[in-house]
Amino acid sequence: MSEPTHHAHTVVHPKVYAAVFGALLLFTALTVFASSLELGVFNAVVALAIAVIKATLVVLFFMHIRYSSKLLKLTICSGVFMFLVLITMTLTDYISRAWGLW
Amino acid sequence: MSTIISLPDQSTATLPKRSYLNSEYGLKSWLLTLDHKRIGILYLIVTLFFFCIGGTMAALIRLNLLTPGGELVAADTYNKLFSIHGIIMVFFFLVPIAPAVLGNFLIPLMIGAKDVAFPRLNLLSWYLFVTGGCFELYAIIWGGMDTGWTFTTPLSTHYVNTHVVSAALGIFVAGFSSILTGVNFIVTIHRLRAPGMTWFRMPLFIWSYYATSILFVLATPVIAITLVLIVLERVIGIGVFDPAKGGDPLLFQHLFWFYSHPAVYVMILPGMGVISEVVACFSRKRVFGYTAVAFSSVAIAVFSFFVWAHHMFIMGISNYSALVFSLMTMLVAVPSAIKIFNWSSTMYKGSITFDTPMLYSFSFIGLFTIGGMTGVMLASLGMDIHLTETYFVVAHFHYVMVGGMVSAVMAGLHFWWPKITGRMYPEPLGRLAAAILFIGFNLTFFPQFIVGYLGMPRRYHSYPPEFQVLNVLSTAGASVLAIGYLLPAVYLLWSMKYGKIAGANPWQAPGLEWQVQSPPLTENFPEPPVVDFEAYDFEWLANHTKSEVQTVG
Amino acid sequence: MDSQAIATLPEHGHAEHEHSPHLHHHFATEDQQREASNFGMWLFLLTEIMFFGGMFTAYLIYRNWYYPAFVAGSHWMKIWAGTLNTTVLICSSFTMAMAVYSAETRKRKALLRYLSLTLFLGFVFLGIKAYEWHNEWVEHHVPGLNFSINDFTHVDPRYPLDKPLAPDMAEKTQSYFSLYFLLTGVHALHMLVGVSILLFLIFNAWKGAYTTGHMTFIENFGLYWHFVDIIWIFLFPLLYLISRHQ
Repeated sequence: MSEPTHHAHTVVHPKVYAAVFGALLLFTALTVFASSLELGVFNAVVALAIAVIKATLVVLFFMHIRYSSKLLKLTICSGVFMFLVLITMTLTDYISRAWGLW
Repeated sequence: MSTIISLPDQSTATLPKRSYLNSEYGLKSWLLTLDHKRIGILYLIVTLFFFCIGGTMAALIRLNLLTPGGELVAADTYNKLFSIHGIIMVFFFLVPIAPAVLGNFLIPLMIGAKDVAFPRLNLLSWYLFVTGGCFELYAIIWGGMDTGWTFTTPLSTHYVNTHVVSAALGIFVAGFSSILTGVNFIVTIHRLRAPGMTWFRMPLFIWSYYATSILFVLATPVIAITLVLIVLERVIGIGVFDPAKGGDPLLFQHLFWFYSHPAVYVMILPGMGVISEVVACFSRKRVFGYTAVAFSSVAIAVFSFFVWAHHMFIMGISNYSALVFSLMTMLVAVPSAIKIFNWSSTMYKGSITFDTPMLYSFSFIGLFTIGGMTGVMLASLGMDIHLTETYFVVAHFHYVMVGGMVSAVMAGLHFWWPKITGRMYPEPLGRLAAAILFIGFNLTFFPQFIVGYLGMPRRYHSYPPEFQVLNVLSTAGASVLAIGYLLPAVYLLWSMKYGKIAGANPWQAPGLEWQVQSPPLTENFPEPPVVDFEAYDFEWLANHTKSEVQTVG
Repeated sequence: MDSQAIATLPEHGHAEHEHSPHLHHHFATEDQQREASNFGMWLFLLTEIMFFGGMFTAYLIYRNWYYPAFVAGSHWMKIWAGTLNTTVLICSSFTMAMAVYSAETRKRKALLRYLSLTLFLGFVFLGIKAYEWHNEWVEHHVPGLNFSINDFTHVDPRYPLDKPLAPDMAEKTQSYFSLYFLLTGVHALHMLVGVSILLFLIFNAWKGAYTTGHMTFIENFGLYWHFVDIIWIFLFPLLYLISRHQ
């Protein structure tokens, strides 16, 4: 093929899966614990940060992206990017509406 | 440098014994086919059927507007007419016609593949499209819908009692067909290119279809969820868009246009791909600035996600946000203009022949430029407040959609007709139809610019008497336009049986799809091709033809 | 026709072409086919991101507009049930990953075991979710069908720290519950689809498919299952946790 499509297919060892599994459970416990603390706005920030870390772990290891081609990595990034565009561009309207007219 | 090739003598050409058309017979062989070419033709039949419905509605609208009082139909019937016209033409004609018909037929042929990546998914997406179409037909036959094609809330959720739910579900289902088509094309273009077909050897057609597919994949799901919300709001009364329950109707507009603005580019990008092919072939020159044209397709796709709120300038979005969106919208003019300039430069000093596809391309370039420039006018905030919801907007997007896209579809259909059927259409009639279409189109829609600028609002079934002259002109143009559509329908059907046999490469075009027999074999290429030449390499074709003559002779 | 000029061809993977029963005719090699379907699956998951993206946008905007209502609404979520469900889903993701591993190493029994475990965990998740929804129905928290603002205009003895909301803000708790049912409902619908495909997979695996080296289908289903897990990883803090204190 005209681009390097061939990647040796990596078989991920169960130990890696088990480690990721443990980390995910740990982060779940952590996020529940963090929610019981009084952190103000940072409650949301911490909870979302932990969620992003957990999701990244799942994508990288359970979904094999760490061992995949650049194309797939780029594909995921573009999806996340468009999702952020949808949210931020919509929010530009909602946030700046409060500033009133000129 | 342009290379002049004399067209080969077509009188000796014969139809190949075996082709995708006669490999199997019977209705079942078509309805269960996995061949991308046959699926393309299935799409062609269904989309043209919907085009007839949408076109009939348009004719009724124009007839009603012949007189200021709107004597032909009642006001709410008129609302239904333009709603059906919009929904059918946008979701069931313009969005699928170029990607699903020409794309399905040509993408594997152009990149040297045997089929698209997922043939079963391809057939499934046709069935989803037909299912969505059935929902739509049900809605139309049992009384229609009168929300306009934009399903504006709270009108669509609270105030109308027409068939909004089935119309929305129909679009939802047909949306999945778009998504699957997009996924299929992207994977095909990435993974199934023939050896030697690098990204920058691909025809520009493929680039623009790649950009279109990205839009399909990333934008369509958003309208899917939006329509689900509309249906849920109507059926069980959840309040995401309902102000009484704290919802925001503007959020609906945001989500709707997040899809529907990129969808506008879905309706024009494939057309640009067709024009690149046709202009190069009939100027007998490589497209000027190949890379610029290729990247401008991708740029249009990316920009299209940053401009949607220009549909909402007068709906109460924030001034500051409107400013950003206005600026972004004007930026889209840059890649579009790159394309126009590059096509013009391609023609410069080319050896141009004025065959039917080229005539349609001329009309595309002219009409799209007018449509695009008026788009820049509408993008500027001050002008937009004056012109929104007038016939100026109607004229603007018809110049892009009909003048642009439909011209491009006609160009493509004529250009690849010999490849699809193996037979030529009658050239003099083709040129006549292209001229009629151009004249009829301008007569229909140019008066609408004027009448809109003077202040005639859109979506009304009557209007002040001083606008009658322009409206009569427009209706007269619509009848010319109708002839411009009927004539090709007649001679194309006629040519399927009686047209001259075309031979493999009637236009002497260098694309990979022209190097195989017409109509092609079911497996496209007898042996997988290896590509060792750039796109639009007319000298390669000349050498190739010469060496072939020598070997055969 | 005239293919000789463009067909100076190295015979491309023809040996496999004739031997592998799983290779479709339009692919040259098994690797190409596998990567194509993998890529296709990821593109489909992109559309899923955007599909949920619309709902997340709505959640974000309304949460900022009706902050007290969203706080009050989320206080009625059962954190123990949410935590349990998160754990169940993470476990099922792990068993799914192990199922793909078993298919890769061609162990039929292990594959069946892990697939059945995944299926079981999927049902447990749906059961707990159904229990929660039942509770919300009983508490009149289902907007459109069965909703009353009573719980939010009065202080519930179980939540003594909450302040009662003014009636019009209490109405806005419907926004919270609409989005809650929408997000969890669409998520559960994806789970249902996943569970149905799992049944089909188990049946095929029992007949010996997927452990002969051809495992594209099970791999792609794994991607889908993990994706549904990721959605829940975000839903759990957004709907249950982040307003626990305010």
